[in-house]
Amino acid sequence: MAIENLSQLNEMHIDVLKEIGNIGAGNAATSLSQMLNREVDMVTPIVRILDISEADRALGGPETPVVAILVELGGDIGGIMMFVIEQEFTQSLLEALLGESKANCTELTEMEYSALSEIGNIMIGSYAASIAALSNLEIKISVPAVTVDMAGALLTVPAAEMGAVSDKIIFIEDDFLSASKTISANMMLIPDIASLNKLMNSLGIQL
Amino acid sequence: MNDLITVGISDVKITKNPGALVTYALGSCIGICLYDSALKIGGLAHIMLPYRPENNSGEQISRYADSCLPVMVREMEAMGCQRVRMQAKIAGGAKMFEVADDSAFGNIGARNVAAVKETLGNLRIRIYAEDTGLNYGRTVYFYTETGTMLVKSFAKGEKSF
Repeated sequence: MAIENLSQLNEMHIDVLKEIGNIGAGNAATSLSQMLNREVDMVTPIVRILDISEADRALGGPETPVVAILVELGGDIGGIMMFVIEQEFTQSLLEALLGESKANCTELTEMEYSALSEIGNIMIGSYAASIAALSNLEIKISVPAVTVDMAGALLTVPAAEMGAVSDKIIFIEDDFLSASKTISANMMLIPDIASLNKLMNSLGIQL
Repeated sequence: MNDLITVGISDVKITKNPGALVTYALGSCIGICLYDSALKIGGLAHIMLPYRPENNSGEQISRYADSCLPVMVREMEAMGCQRVRMQAKIAGGAKMFEVADDSAFGNIGARNVAAVKETLGNLRIRIYAEDTGLNYGRTVYFYTETGTMLVKSFAKGEKSF
Protein backbone atom coordinates (compact mmCIF):
# COMPACT_ATOMS: atom_id res chain seq x y z
CA MET A 1 0.00 0.00 0.00
CA ALA A 2 1.27 3.43 -0.84
CA ILE A 3 0.75 6.62 1.08
CA GLU A 4 -1.53 9.02 -0.76
CA ASN A 5 -1.35 11.96 1.56
CA LEU A 6 0.41 13.09 4.69
CA SER A 7 -2.51 12.36 7.02
CA GLN A 8 -1.94 8.65 6.40
CA LEU A 9 1.45 8.67 8.10
CA ASN A 10 1.39 6.48 11.22
CA GLU A 11 3.45 6.38 14.42
CA MET A 12 6.18 4.33 12.79
CA HIS A 13 6.56 6.78 9.92
CA ILE A 14 6.69 9.66 12.39
CA ASP A 15 9.41 7.83 14.34
CA VAL A 16 11.48 7.55 11.19
CA LEU A 17 11.02 11.24 10.47
CA LYS A 18 11.99 11.97 14.07
CA GLU A 19 15.22 10.04 13.60
CA ILE A 20 15.94 12.01 10.45
CA GLY A 21 15.15 15.16 12.40
CA ASN A 22 17.51 14.10 15.19
CA ILE A 23 20.47 13.50 12.96
CA GLY A 24 19.71 16.55 10.83
CA ALA A 25 19.44 18.82 13.86
CA GLY A 26 22.64 17.35 15.32
CA ASN A 27 24.52 18.17 12.13
CA ALA A 28 22.88 21.57 12.00
CA ALA A 29 23.89 22.38 15.60
CA THR A 30 27.51 21.51 14.78
CA SER A 31 27.49 23.73 11.67
CA LEU A 32 25.78 26.52 13.55
CA SER A 33 28.27 26.38 16.38
CA GLN A 34 31.18 26.59 13.90
CA MET A 35 29.62 29.50 12.13
CA LEU A 36 28.77 31.43 15.29
CA ASN A 37 31.97 30.38 17.00
CA ARG A 38 30.17 29.43 20.19
CA GLU A 39 28.77 26.29 21.71
CA VAL A 40 25.34 25.30 20.42
CA ASP A 41 23.43 22.34 21.82
CA MET A 42 20.18 20.99 20.61
CA VAL A 43 17.18 19.50 22.32
CA THR A 44 15.55 16.44 20.74
CA PRO A 45 13.39 17.81 17.94
CA ILE A 46 9.63 17.50 17.94
CA VAL A 47 8.17 16.14 14.72
CA ARG A 48 4.55 16.81 13.93
CA ILE A 49 2.24 16.56 10.96
CA LEU A 50 0.37 19.85 11.08
CA ASP A 51 -2.36 21.65 9.23
CA ILE A 52 -1.05 24.88 7.76
CA SER A 53 -3.27 26.86 10.12
CA GLU A 54 -1.84 24.98 13.13
CA ALA A 55 1.65 25.57 11.81
CA ASP A 56 1.22 29.34 11.71
CA ARG A 57 -0.18 29.20 15.25
CA ALA A 58 2.96 27.30 16.30
CA LEU A 59 4.97 30.24 14.94
CA GLY A 60 2.98 32.82 16.92
CA GLY A 61 0.01 33.54 14.62
CA PRO A 62 -0.53 34.11 10.89
CA GLU A 63 0.68 37.72 10.88
CA THR A 64 3.86 37.14 12.92
CA PRO A 65 6.91 38.27 10.94
CA VAL A 66 9.34 35.42 10.24
CA VAL A 67 12.28 34.75 7.97
CA ALA A 68 11.79 31.78 5.66
CA ILE A 69 14.48 30.16 3.56
CA LEU A 70 13.16 27.86 0.88
CA VAL A 71 14.85 25.34 -1.41
CA GLU A 72 13.58 22.90 -3.97
CA LEU A 73 14.71 19.29 -3.64
CA GLY A 74 16.05 17.44 -6.65
CA GLY A 75 17.85 14.23 -7.49
CA ASP A 76 16.02 11.13 -6.22
CA ILE A 77 13.60 13.16 -4.10
CA GLY A 78 11.24 15.90 -5.27
CA GLY A 79 9.66 18.47 -3.03
CA ILE A 80 10.41 21.52 -0.95
CA MET A 81 12.20 22.23 2.30
CA MET A 82 11.65 25.45 4.16
CA PHE A 83 13.56 26.66 7.21
CA VAL A 84 11.68 29.21 9.29
CA ILE A 85 13.36 31.36 11.90
CA GLU A 86 11.57 33.57 14.34
CA GLN A 87 12.39 37.21 14.91
CA GLU A 88 14.38 36.64 18.10
CA PHE A 89 16.58 33.98 16.52
CA THR A 90 17.09 36.20 13.48
CA GLN A 91 18.28 38.98 15.76
CA SER A 92 20.81 36.78 17.58
CA LEU A 93 22.07 35.33 14.30
CA LEU A 94 22.63 38.75 12.76
CA GLU A 95 24.29 39.95 15.93
CA ALA A 96 26.65 36.98 16.04
CA LEU A 97 27.45 37.04 12.32
CA LEU A 98 27.54 40.73 11.47
CA GLY A 99 27.88 42.30 14.90
CA GLU A 100 24.78 44.43 14.52
CA SER A 101 21.64 44.56 16.59
CA LYS A 102 18.45 44.77 14.61
CA ALA A 103 15.14 45.67 16.21
CA ASN A 104 12.95 45.29 13.17
CA CYS A 105 13.48 42.24 10.98
CA THR A 106 10.94 43.10 8.29
CA GLU A 107 13.40 45.37 6.49
CA LEU A 108 16.74 43.73 5.81
CA THR A 109 19.79 44.85 3.87
CA GLU A 110 21.39 42.83 1.07
CA MET A 111 24.14 41.77 3.46
CA GLU A 112 21.63 40.58 6.05
CA TYR A 113 19.65 38.65 3.43
CA SER A 114 22.81 37.03 2.26
CA ALA A 115 23.86 36.04 5.81
CA LEU A 116 20.45 34.53 6.54
CA SER A 117 20.43 32.74 3.22
CA GLU A 118 23.74 31.16 4.11
CA ILE A 119 22.43 30.02 7.51
CA GLY A 120 19.37 28.51 5.83
CA ASN A 121 21.54 26.80 3.26
CA ILE A 122 23.66 25.21 5.96
CA MET A 123 20.71 24.13 8.09
CA ILE A 124 18.76 22.69 5.17
CA GLY A 125 21.94 21.11 3.83
CA SER A 126 22.48 19.36 7.19
CA TYR A 127 18.99 17.87 7.07
CA ALA A 128 19.21 16.89 3.43
CA ALA A 129 22.56 15.20 4.08
CA SER A 130 21.10 13.21 6.98
CA ILE A 131 18.16 12.05 4.87
CA ALA A 132 20.52 11.11 2.03
CA ALA A 133 22.84 9.20 4.38
CA LEU A 134 20.03 7.23 6.02
CA SER A 135 18.17 6.41 2.84
CA ASN A 136 21.02 6.04 0.34
CA LEU A 137 19.18 8.38 -1.98
CA GLU A 138 20.78 11.24 -3.83
CA ILE A 139 19.35 14.60 -2.79
CA LYS A 140 20.18 17.91 -4.42
CA ILE A 141 19.08 21.26 -3.10
CA SER A 142 18.51 24.41 -5.16
CA VAL A 143 19.92 27.86 -4.42
CA PRO A 144 17.94 29.12 -1.41
CA ALA A 145 15.35 31.90 -1.69
CA VAL A 146 14.90 34.12 1.39
CA THR A 147 11.74 36.05 2.24
CA VAL A 148 10.67 37.98 5.32
CA ASP A 149 6.92 38.29 5.70
CA MET A 150 3.85 37.12 7.62
CA ALA A 151 4.19 33.49 8.75
CA GLY A 152 0.82 32.54 7.28
CA ALA A 153 1.60 33.99 3.86
CA LEU A 154 4.85 32.02 3.69
CA LEU A 155 3.53 28.71 5.02
CA THR A 156 0.84 28.20 2.41
CA VAL A 157 3.31 28.60 -0.44
CA PRO A 158 5.02 25.18 -0.25
CA ALA A 159 1.70 23.38 0.10
CA ALA A 160 0.19 25.28 -2.82
CA GLU A 161 3.26 24.76 -5.00
CA MET A 162 3.10 21.04 -4.32
CA GLY A 163 -0.46 21.00 -5.61
CA ALA A 164 -1.82 20.70 -2.07
CA VAL A 165 -2.22 16.97 -1.77
CA SER A 166 -3.49 18.00 1.60
CA ASP A 167 -3.30 21.09 3.82
CA LYS A 168 -0.67 19.32 5.94
CA ILE A 169 3.08 19.69 6.23
CA ILE A 170 5.81 17.84 8.12
CA PHE A 171 6.89 20.24 10.82
CA ILE A 172 10.15 19.64 12.70
CA GLU A 173 10.66 21.96 15.63
CA ASP A 174 14.23 22.32 16.91
CA ASP A 175 15.26 24.07 20.03
CA PHE A 176 18.87 25.15 20.10
CA LEU A 177 20.60 26.16 23.31
CA SER A 178 23.31 28.74 23.12
CA ALA A 179 24.75 30.82 25.96
CA SER A 180 21.87 29.91 28.28
CA LYS A 181 19.35 31.09 25.70
CA THR A 182 16.87 28.81 23.96
CA ILE A 183 16.12 29.64 20.39
CA SER A 184 13.58 27.89 18.22
CA ALA A 185 13.93 27.10 14.59
CA ASN A 186 11.54 25.15 12.46
CA MET A 187 12.17 22.93 9.48
CA MET A 188 9.31 22.15 7.17
CA LEU A 189 9.59 19.18 4.93
CA ILE A 190 7.18 18.92 2.04
CA PRO A 191 8.13 15.98 -0.17
CA ASP A 192 5.93 15.13 -3.12
CA ILE A 193 3.97 11.99 -2.39
CA ALA A 194 5.89 9.73 -4.78
CA SER A 195 9.11 10.83 -3.07
CA LEU A 196 7.69 10.25 0.39
CA ASN A 197 6.87 6.67 -0.59
CA LYS A 198 10.31 6.24 -2.14
CA LEU A 199 11.92 7.60 1.00
CA MET A 200 9.99 5.29 3.33
CA ASN A 201 10.79 2.31 1.09
CA SER A 202 14.49 3.15 1.04
CA LEU A 203 14.44 3.30 4.82
CA GLY A 204 12.96 -0.20 4.87
CA ILE A 205 9.55 0.82 6.18
CA GLN A 206 6.64 -1.36 5.19
CA LEU A 207 3.83 0.82 3.93
CA MET B 1 -14.91 46.45 15.57
CA ASN B 2 -18.15 44.60 16.16
CA ASP B 3 -18.75 41.22 14.64
CA LEU B 4 -15.44 40.50 12.88
CA ILE B 5 -15.63 37.02 11.35
CA THR B 6 -12.42 35.16 10.49
CA VAL B 7 -12.22 33.28 7.21
CA GLY B 8 -9.68 30.43 7.32
CA ILE B 9 -7.62 28.85 4.53
CA SER B 10 -9.88 27.13 1.96
CA ASP B 11 -12.90 28.71 3.60
CA VAL B 12 -15.86 31.01 2.77
CA LYS B 13 -17.98 33.19 5.05
CA ILE B 14 -20.96 35.39 4.20
CA THR B 15 -22.43 38.09 6.42
CA LYS B 16 -24.53 41.25 6.27
CA ASN B 17 -24.30 44.82 7.51
CA PRO B 18 -22.78 45.68 10.00
CA GLY B 19 -20.69 42.49 9.86
CA ALA B 20 -17.05 42.51 8.80
CA LEU B 21 -14.88 39.67 7.50
CA VAL B 22 -11.14 39.11 7.69
CA THR B 23 -8.71 36.58 6.26
CA TYR B 24 -5.12 36.67 7.47
CA ALA B 25 -1.82 36.42 5.68
CA LEU B 26 -2.59 35.61 2.05
CA GLY B 27 0.56 34.62 0.20
CA SER B 28 -0.02 32.98 -3.16
CA CYS B 29 -3.62 32.35 -2.03
CA ILE B 30 -6.37 34.78 -3.04
CA GLY B 31 -9.06 36.54 -1.03
CA ILE B 32 -12.23 37.19 -3.06
CA CYS B 33 -14.78 39.70 -1.73
CA LEU B 34 -18.27 39.56 -3.28
CA TYR B 35 -20.76 42.29 -2.45
CA ASP B 36 -24.40 43.16 -3.10
CA SER B 37 -24.58 46.87 -2.29
CA ALA B 38 -28.40 47.00 -2.28
CA LEU B 39 -28.70 44.42 0.52
CA LYS B 40 -25.28 45.15 2.05
CA ILE B 41 -24.48 41.46 2.07
CA GLY B 42 -20.85 40.48 1.58
CA GLY B 43 -18.90 37.25 1.28
CA LEU B 44 -15.18 36.55 1.58
CA ALA B 45 -13.46 33.44 0.23
CA HIS B 46 -9.83 32.31 0.73
CA ILE B 47 -8.79 29.97 -2.07
CA MET B 48 -5.44 28.22 -2.29
CA LEU B 49 -5.35 26.67 -5.77
CA PRO B 50 -6.80 27.38 -9.23
CA TYR B 51 -8.67 24.29 -10.40
CA ARG B 52 -10.28 21.39 -8.59
CA PRO B 53 -8.86 18.09 -9.84
CA GLU B 54 -11.35 15.91 -11.71
CA ASN B 55 -12.57 12.65 -10.16
CA ASN B 56 -11.67 13.89 -6.73
CA SER B 57 -14.95 14.16 -4.94
CA GLY B 58 -13.27 13.98 -1.54
CA GLU B 59 -11.43 17.24 -2.11
CA GLN B 60 -12.52 20.36 -0.29
CA ILE B 61 -14.63 22.55 -2.57
CA SER B 62 -13.49 25.86 -1.08
CA ARG B 63 -9.81 25.15 -1.72
CA TYR B 64 -10.12 25.82 -5.47
CA ALA B 65 -11.16 28.99 -7.30
CA ASP B 66 -13.28 27.20 -9.90
CA SER B 67 -15.28 25.13 -7.40
CA CYS B 68 -15.49 27.64 -4.54
CA LEU B 69 -16.88 30.72 -6.29
CA PRO B 70 -20.02 29.24 -7.95
CA VAL B 71 -21.08 27.73 -4.60
CA MET B 72 -20.44 31.03 -2.83
CA VAL B 73 -22.53 32.93 -5.41
CA ARG B 74 -25.40 30.42 -5.04
CA GLU B 75 -25.33 30.85 -1.26
CA MET B 76 -25.48 34.62 -1.61
CA GLU B 77 -28.35 34.30 -4.10
CA ALA B 78 -30.18 32.12 -1.58
CA MET B 79 -29.94 35.08 0.80
CA GLY B 80 -31.62 37.30 -1.80
CA CYS B 81 -28.57 38.76 -3.56
CA GLN B 82 -28.88 39.47 -7.28
CA ARG B 83 -26.08 38.38 -9.59
CA VAL B 84 -26.34 41.60 -11.65
CA ARG B 85 -25.66 43.71 -8.56
CA MET B 86 -22.71 41.67 -7.34
CA GLN B 87 -19.26 43.20 -7.49
CA ALA B 88 -15.95 41.53 -6.78
CA LYS B 89 -12.74 42.78 -5.20
CA ILE B 90 -9.72 40.49 -5.06
CA ALA B 91 -6.34 40.50 -3.31
CA GLY B 92 -3.39 38.13 -2.98
CA GLY B 93 -1.73 35.86 -5.53
CA ALA B 94 1.78 37.00 -4.64
CA LYS B 95 5.04 35.35 -5.63
CA MET B 96 6.52 34.91 -2.15
CA PHE B 97 9.85 33.32 -3.09
CA GLU B 98 12.22 34.30 -5.85
CA VAL B 99 13.68 30.92 -6.79
CA ALA B 100 16.82 31.23 -8.88
CA ASP B 101 16.34 28.56 -11.54
CA ASP B 102 13.44 29.26 -13.85
CA SER B 103 11.36 26.21 -13.04
CA ALA B 104 7.59 26.29 -12.84
CA PHE B 105 8.02 27.19 -9.19
CA GLY B 106 6.63 30.49 -8.03
CA ASN B 107 3.86 30.97 -10.57
CA ILE B 108 1.06 29.50 -8.45
CA GLY B 109 0.01 33.02 -7.39
CA ALA B 110 -0.33 34.13 -11.01
CA ARG B 111 -2.23 30.95 -11.91
CA ASN B 112 -4.59 31.60 -8.99
CA VAL B 113 -5.24 35.16 -10.20
CA ALA B 114 -5.99 33.90 -13.73
CA ALA B 115 -8.34 31.18 -12.45
CA VAL B 116 -10.24 33.61 -10.18
CA LYS B 117 -10.70 36.06 -13.09
CA GLU B 118 -11.83 33.30 -15.45
CA THR B 119 -14.31 31.90 -12.91
CA LEU B 120 -15.74 35.34 -12.09
CA GLY B 121 -16.01 36.00 -15.85
CA ASN B 122 -17.97 32.77 -16.33
CA LEU B 123 -20.25 33.85 -13.48
CA ARG B 124 -20.63 37.28 -15.14
CA ILE B 125 -19.39 39.13 -12.06
CA ARG B 126 -17.30 42.23 -12.64
CA ILE B 127 -14.07 42.89 -10.77
CA TYR B 128 -14.16 46.41 -9.30
CA ALA B 129 -10.77 46.38 -7.62
CA GLU B 130 -7.74 44.17 -7.37
CA ASP B 131 -4.51 44.16 -5.40
CA THR B 132 -2.73 41.09 -6.70
CA GLY B 133 0.72 39.77 -7.59
CA LEU B 134 4.02 41.28 -6.47
CA ASN B 135 5.99 39.65 -3.68
CA TYR B 136 4.43 40.27 -0.29
CA GLY B 137 1.80 38.82 2.04
CA ARG B 138 -1.57 40.51 2.59
CA THR B 139 -4.31 40.45 5.21
CA VAL B 140 -7.75 41.34 3.84
CA TYR B 141 -10.62 42.99 5.76
CA PHE B 142 -14.01 43.33 4.09
CA TYR B 143 -16.71 45.62 5.50
CA THR B 144 -20.34 44.95 4.54
CA GLU B 145 -21.48 48.42 5.58
CA THR B 146 -19.53 50.10 2.77
CA GLY B 147 -18.24 47.25 0.61
CA THR B 148 -14.70 48.44 1.34
CA MET B 149 -11.83 45.99 1.05
CA LEU B 150 -8.89 46.96 3.30
CA VAL B 151 -5.54 45.33 2.53
CA LYS B 152 -2.76 45.30 5.12
CA SER B 153 0.84 44.28 4.46
CA PHE B 154 4.33 44.78 5.92
CA ALA B 155 5.52 46.14 2.59
CA LYS B 156 2.80 48.67 1.77
CA GLY B 157 0.99 49.37 5.05
CA GLU B 158 -2.78 49.75 4.59
CA LYS B 159 -4.66 50.32 1.36
CA SER B 160 -8.42 50.73 0.86
CA PHE B 161 -10.28 49.54 -2.22
